[in-house]
Amino acid sequence: MTDLTRRFMLKATGAIGVSLVSAGSGVAAATAQESDASSSGAMRAGPNAQVSTYLFLNKDESSFVEAAVARLIPEDDQWPGALKAGIPNYIDKQLAGAWGVGERLYRSGPWQPGTPAQGYQLPFTPAELFRISIDAINKELSQAGTPFSAMSPKQQDAYLARLETGGKDLGGVPSNVFFAHLWECTIEGFFSDPVYGGNRDMVAWRMIGFPGAYASYYDLVDQHGIKINRAPMSIGEGPHGGMHVNPGIPAKLP
Amino acid sequence: MAQRLKHVDVVTIGVGLTGSLTALELAKAGLTVVGLERGAPRFTVPDFQSPAVHDELRFSIRKAMMQDNVKEAITFRNSSDETALPIRRWASFLPGTGLGGSFVHWNGQTFRFQVADFIYKSHIEQRYGKKILDPDLTIQDWGVTYSELEPHYDRFEYLLGTSGKAGNIKGAIQPGGNPLEAPRAREYPTPPMKEPYFGALFRKGAESLGYHPYPQPSSNLSQPYTNPEGLALQQCVFCGFCERYACEHYAKASPQTVILPVLLKNPNYELRTNSQVLRINLDGTGKKATGVTYADATGREFEQPADLVLITAFPLNNVRMLLLSGIGTPYDPKTGKGVVGRNYTYQTTGGATVFLDEGINVNPFMASGANGTMIDDFSGDNFDHGQLGFIGGQYIGAIMTGGRPIEFHPTPDGTPKWGLKWKQAVARHYNHAVLIQQHGTSTASRLNYLSLDPTYRDAWGLPLLQMTFDFPENDIRMSQYIADKVVEIGRAMGGKSVTRGGTKRPYNTTVYQSTHNCGGAIMGEDPKTSVVNRYMQCWDVPNVFSIGASAFPQNGTYNYTGTIGALTYWAIDAIKNQYLKAPGPLVHA
Repeated sequence: MTDLTRRFMLKATGAIGVSLVSAGSGVAAATAQESDASSSGAMRAGPNAQVSTYLFLNKDESSFVEAAVARLIPEDDQWPGALKAGIPNYIDKQLAGAWGVGERLYRSGPWQPGTPAQGYQLPFTPAELFRISIDAINKELSQAGTPFSAMSPKQQDAYLARLETGGKDLGGVPSNVFFAHLWECTIEGFFSDPVYGGNRDMVAWRMIGFPGAYASYYDLVDQHGIKINRAPMSIGEGPHGGMHVNPGIPAKLP
Repeated sequence: MAQRLKHVDVVTIGVGLTGSLTALELAKAGLTVVGLERGAPRFTVPDFQSPAVHDELRFSIRKAMMQDNVKEAITFRNSSDETALPIRRWASFLPGTGLGGSFVHWNGQTFRFQVADFIYKSHIEQRYGKKILDPDLTIQDWGVTYSELEPHYDRFEYLLGTSGKAGNIKGAIQPGGNPLEAPRAREYPTPPMKEPYFGALFRKGAESLGYHPYPQPSSNLSQPYTNPEGLALQQCVFCGFCERYACEHYAKASPQTVILPVLLKNPNYELRTNSQVLRINLDGTGKKATGVTYADATGREFEQPADLVLITAFPLNNVRMLLLSGIGTPYDPKTGKGVVGRNYTYQTTGGATVFLDEGINVNPFMASGANGTMIDDFSGDNFDHGQLGFIGGQYIGAIMTGGRPIEFHPTPDGTPKWGLKWKQAVARHYNHAVLIQQHGTSTASRLNYLSLDPTYRDAWGLPLLQMTFDFPENDIRMSQYIADKVVEIGRAMGGKSVTRGGTKRPYNTTVYQSTHNCGGAIMGEDPKTSVVNRYMQCWDVPNVFSIGASAFPQNGTYNYTGTIGALTYWAIDAIKNQYLKAPGPLVHA
């Protein structure tokens, strides 16, 4: 049973999408949640699943991004990782959109390096920063003979750790600055609402037990320690459990 | 050439908390008032509605409700020997924009300052002697006392419907409230909010150590309430999207819920949004304002003549408006002379994460913006500083404003920063961790100030505000002392692992700390050390008032909105009852 179907049935049976278990029967609740977890964790891409169409990233760039985020948030036997969560798709849509071109980023010079306390001082928009950095990484590694995506996971982790440490120049972008942007985007793509094209099937929310965009916990907030077994809810979800995409957000849904 | 508009009695620069409240009272008193708001108009319906309002990426991360720093940024440096550079992305503090200002995206945490805060210098010197003060510290008395402000605090809380439990009514300690609070005339308008699990856990831990936990006063209401303006607020439903969000439920006090519906019906009032004030115009003497010049959304300039100009913007922008208009002498840190920009202060914040047993479901997402449980045992001067080598203090509390996961996914010290172990730790700890906040005083220093930047400009070609700031060593010592107390409480709550917080130098603009920027246009009794008098009237140009937290000589322990509201009513009374009868200086230096 897919989760959407399950939620719909709970609604249809009058359970209003919520089942509460008191703290005293926590074992039963935990078991129920784990069985939910493993079924969704192992859930295969259904007929609705679509392959990401990249709007910004070219093939070389997407190969790096896919391989890198797969190491930043790897899959394990309980929960999918960054790839199944659609994080490369999220990053692509952000870079293609307003954030990528510098929304809410003061962009007047003169440009000069600052102290860490002064924050980001490069002239690059996020889209430029990703393109320049990934291009430099791909050039370096192809000259060395092994592109990032062809490295072993261990080599990939070591390479990412070197980027994170800094001291490496990526076409004008310090590698630690690029790594910080990549990591922030990865976190956002994992935990943001799925309307933005990541957090596919709300997998990150299921993993941690965040219910999403529910509007009220008034009756629950003083029931201390209860276990919430709701399926999460997206802001892109209609009243009958169907998902829709904000036409203003160039994201594809799983 | 700016088009000259029809004269009005009063113009407010900004329509947030102070701009809407002053306009409400002065329009009621029969004056014609124009409110100039740089941002867009916006209302609970249709602008703040679900589901779109529950979008962490858009509001918390991309900061949709904040001042557009593509157009207006602020430059920053830690000290005068550095070159200030633009804060190109907001992080440390988040000035709001748009109708209602920051009073829309606030959390609703509604405190009063303490009696001693308003006579800070006198109080500290009397209790400890002058030697306790580091030589760089420039703390001052406010020129107004708590007992003068008490009726105005009361009035503001009843406007908002604030939910809380009194701890001290006219000196009588009340069970269930904060026994260490300043005396109040009567109970809160509405009872405290429900206590979430994280608050109950904190309460137990704090009580076991002999502290005095109390429910945080909240302007997200515990029950429906109709304020003295006849405006109804609803009960908060703990949706967990409050801080950095507008309230969809009419449950959070904001200009949209408690002021504007009445103000906008008053025929004496006119609201103009998308109106960016460029400067206050002065006459030939430089001692009288003739009105303001502003640009509309298309860039066309207008001159709005007015008898009385109220600067009612975000505190940092109040200071910038004075500097751009040439009102008052800018502060010079080399000589210590001049006043505009002097005594810029902030807030010391931080805290700990308490990692609990896996059987404890904290459910952090069931939260409002102000449903904490907290203690005042280490606030302000509530404890003896004689042997400690610092002044000031912080409140400590479990104040979780939601479980929104892009920002909240704590892991214990020693967890890798990414990769499989990180992911597994996030899954393990998300629902079993409590944040404890420490939040307190920011002491004024002669080294910290605001000025105009010599290099960087805004979208209208005007200089950006320049901030020179680092935490004085006094505040580091204070914050680190309290960080130890926080860890003790975390352990008493059953924490298996407790991270340690506390402020460190240098102040860093890339990490969110607080939007309680204070000072720079401070109030006081002496024009040599203050920009405005005790009624927030400019010493140099008496028909200009600069209202809000820019007037704080230094910052107290608490979130500042309650004190801004009280000061605003205090200034309104002075304008209505004194200034209008005899326009001119209300205090003669």
